[in-house]
Amino acid sequence: MQFDNEARVFFSAKSENESFARLFAAGFLTQLDPTISELTDVKTAVSEAVTNAIIHGYENKTGIVELFCGYVGKHIYIEVADKGKGIENVEQAREPLYTSKPEMERSGMGFTIMETFMENVRIESIVGEGTRIFMEKTLAKE
Amino acid sequence: MELKFKRKNKTLIIQISGEIDHHTAAELRRQTESALEQMGGRNIIFGFQEVTFMDSSGIGVMIGRYKQIQSLGGRIAIACPNEKIEEIIRLSGLSRLLPSFPTLNEAIAYAEGRESDAV
Ligand SMILES: Nc1ncnc2c1ncn2[C@@H]1O[C@H](COP(=O)(O)OP(=O)(O)OP(=O)(O)O)[C@@H](O)[C@H]1O
Ligand SMILES: [Mg+2]
Repeated sequence: MQFDNEARVFFSAKSENESFARLFAAGFLTQLDPTISELTDVKTAVSEAVTNAIIHGYENKTGIVELFCGYVGKHIYIEVADKGKGIENVEQAREPLYTSKPEMERSGMGFTIMETFMENVRIESIVGEGTRIFMEKTLAKE
Repeated sequence: MELKFKRKNKTLIIQISGEIDHHTAAELRRQTESALEQMGGRNIIFGFQEVTFMDSSGIGVMIGRYKQIQSLGGRIAIACPNEKIEEIIRLSGLSRLLPSFPTLNEAIAYAEGRESDAV
């Protein structure tokens, strides 16, 4: 895929880095002059995927999370990946309110929020190898 | 994220400012528990006026506090969330458990069981 512009960052799977990941995505996409609402949508979706990598992928142990942002015209592409435990049942994971960690006060809304705020959310996951989330969004032309 | 606690009658009002994510949710949970212990209160209101960001981690904390407060016979509500946060609350079905209100006074009236007083 040929992007007009792209950026990729790798960071430790630490909860402190969740706000860094949101700011990285928002900072990069500011070049496209998005609305505040569009920027919040992207930040929320990135936050969900990165949080999942940290608490589910690596289960709060050490690991590296990858965040990619790219765009073609006003169409943006985001990827969040981990090399953690992977998802056994992707269909089940996508269901609203499904969580494998209810005891940690998770609500099971992460994927639903990603699907609401972004377009074409795709999950690639292999048990024991890791997970990569692909998301897209077309920004409104002014 | 910063928190301010205030007690009004039987209601603990928690004014939150900043961002609620998985990282700050742990602190929100911890400080809320200790304020409940030290200041008491049957009901909780989370003031969202100055919350600039919230993801599903916030929903988890709210549902956790709801279960706690409800088992003690109290009520819990959210005051002044912004539009995006309102959407996340609606999506999760959270509003059926803890309703949100455009003003703090309406949230207090609900928590204290006197909705009819609110304008
Ligand atoms: N990166 C990942 N690696 C392994 N499992 C994952 C990953 N992301 C999600 N999952 C699985 O998918 C489930 C659903 O994820 P989702 O984000 O929708 O809910 P949650 O994280 O459990 O709760 P919430 O996001 O509301 O706090 C998780 O409970 C987990 O079992
Ligand atoms: Mg999640």
